[in-house]
Amino acid sequence: MITREYRFPLNSSTVPAGEPVLTVSDVGLRFGGVQALDGVGLTVRQGQIHAVIGPNGAGKSSLLNCVSGLYRPQRGTIRLTRADGAVDLVGRRPHQIARLGLARSFQNIELFKHLTVLENLMLGRHHRMSHALLPALAWFGPARRQEIEHRALVEEVIDLLELQVVRHQPVGALSYGYAKRVELGRALCMQPAVLLLDEPMAGMNAEEKESLARYVLDVNELAGVSVVLIEHDMDVVMDISHTVTVLDFGRLIADGPPEQVRTDPAVINAYLGEAAR
Amino acid sequence: MAATAAGVFHTSYASELRLRHTSAERLRLVLVVAGLLTLPWLVNPYWLGIVNTIGIAAIGAVGLNILVGFTGQISLGQGGFLAVGAFTSGLLVQRAGLPVPLAMAAAVLVTAAVGAFFGLPALRLKGLYLAIATIASQEIIIFVVRRWGWLTGGQGFLDVDRLTLFGWRVPRTSFEFVWYWIIAGLAVLAVVTARNLFRTALGRSFMAVRDHDIAASAIGVDLTRTKLMAFAVSSGYVGLAGALTAHYTQTVTWERFTIDVSIQYLAMIIVGGLGSVAGAVYGAAFIMLLPPLLAELADALRTRVPLLADQLPAVQAAAFGLVIVLFLLFEPRGLDRIWRRVKDYVRFWPFRY
Ligand SMILES: Nc1ncnc2c1ncn2[C@@H]1O[C@H](COP(=O)(O)OP(=O)(O)O)[C@@H](O)[C@H]1O
Ligand SMILES: [Mg+2]
Repeated sequence: MITREYRFPLNSSTVPAGEPVLTVSDVGLRFGGVQALDGVGLTVRQGQIHAVIGPNGAGKSSLLNCVSGLYRPQRGTIRLTRADGAVDLVGRRPHQIARLGLARSFQNIELFKHLTVLENLMLGRHHRMSHALLPALAWFGPARRQEIEHRALVEEVIDLLELQVVRHQPVGALSYGYAKRVELGRALCMQPAVLLLDEPMAGMNAEEKESLARYVLDVNELAGVSVVLIEHDMDVVMDISHTVTVLDFGRLIADGPPEQVRTDPAVINAYLGEAAR
Repeated sequence: MAATAAGVFHTSYASELRLRHTSAERLRLVLVVAGLLTLPWLVNPYWLGIVNTIGIAAIGAVGLNILVGFTGQISLGQGGFLAVGAFTSGLLVQRAGLPVPLAMAAAVLVTAAVGAFFGLPALRLKGLYLAIATIASQEIIIFVVRRWGWLTGGQGFLDVDRLTLFGWRVPRTSFEFVWYWIIAGLAVLAVVTARNLFRTALGRSFMAVRDHDIAASAIGVDLTRTKLMAFAVSSGYVGLAGALTAHYTQTVTWERFTIDVSIQYLAMIIVGGLGSVAGAVYGAAFIMLLPPLLAELADALRTRVPLLADQLPAVQAAAFGLVIVLFLLFEPRGLDRIWRRVKDYVRFWPFRY
């Protein structure tokens, strides 16, 4: 096995391992008549893979969208713990939340489709780069220098996720598996405090799922990044996560270590119910 | 770095970031520069005048492409922004007595600010709705220059003196020649700065907004700031083109900046290639050359097909429409794409793939 020293810390959270880094309390979100989330709360601890599972329509994506600012919950708080104390994310705009260190992938691949893999990953660096106009027009000094500096970190992510062969390809032409990996990569390039992944393995066969699970484990174990992993499929999740939260119809029905959640009658019921549906 | 049949290999990120990698690309650059430096001696003043209008249009088209092709914000306000640049620079020279270079620089800044202001609807609207909103800005600007008495005496019309640079009045005999160097220099500057922009973080964020605005906000791109910035930067180039028009044609009238002009510029970037700096230049050349070339053709066929010469304006308009439809149908990515295919064909010859 080839091991490699990583020069850049991909995790930017300074919270000690095992301490709460992201705390969701009593979040309620409704769309007209649909109560998508109803008093949901959970605590993501630093260094863990925290899975959120549940049947289709349970509110998993809605929860993630609340955290990243795309949806605004009518009720509840979402706190991110930072070196300088906790900040509430509710009411902030998506780009502000991203700059606080919340990086995410989307359920349906949402890449910048006319750009290359490299450009997509470099965009993960956007919030840490300078955007002054005159240096950019003149391609002088800081504008040029920072392209080279940030490229070095991007190349480490390319190594970690084994994206070398597609580096210069437009993402529109990538296979599904690669595209999912590039989205993971773009989020990682942000050097997140917490990484939010919305069904990164959806639509994959068993082999692809296993390999993607491997990358997520690498990100968590080698790079120390806390991960919130949404997954529809219970089996994969039980293998790799430290904590599992189960949602059903917008409500939290179980929360705890995988072995405990697996045998919870309410969970079995929800999934059996889905199988019967 | 090494160039082989299989590709180009880089040994540093810095070398990869250069715009030109192979000796063929460098040779092409040398040829283009040599062509630009000798052109004024190769064509007569009539054609040099056409080259000059192409140069001005190229600057405006590069600006429009930054907004439409690179940032995905459709704009039909081009004519209005050209008018802002033209009237600002013309008025600053005629009324305030500013030197032309200073007035043109001011026109760039003023048009950028006006562009950012009229970009505000883009914060709420997308696609066709935004297009309609930009038509409104076009009409508002033209209304203002036509009716605001203090600006143009209520005529929407302004005479501009023949160019004077650092106390030297450009003689009538070498008018096109002198203008060629000014316009060519500024057009090259526009192309180089725009190409630079799109290899930096700022330019990439424009393209991110174009491709997927929600994903862009989720990686930390401030959509408000970025869209307004795109409008401002784009309008800056357009303002320069407007200012050049004012001093080059020596008249500024609102009729030169109607929505027809906005559509003509959109045609340039569609024909040239949306989201390509070089494409904007090709498109400007193509659209500006179409009418004079058709006129030549009609003249040559005057005896055999008199209809062509008699109905020249109609023929020119029809050809303009036909060209746009053909490009949309067969090569929506424009001349830039066609040129790339030719290059690849030559590079990989005799291999098919
Ligand atoms: N933007 C929206 N507008 C209206 N309803 C929505 C929206 N997003 C989600 N919902 C509804 O909220 C519920 C939860 O959806 P979602 O969070 O996507 O579930 P999951 O990701 O667990 O499959 C569903 O009933 C869905 O129809
Ligand atoms: Mg979902």
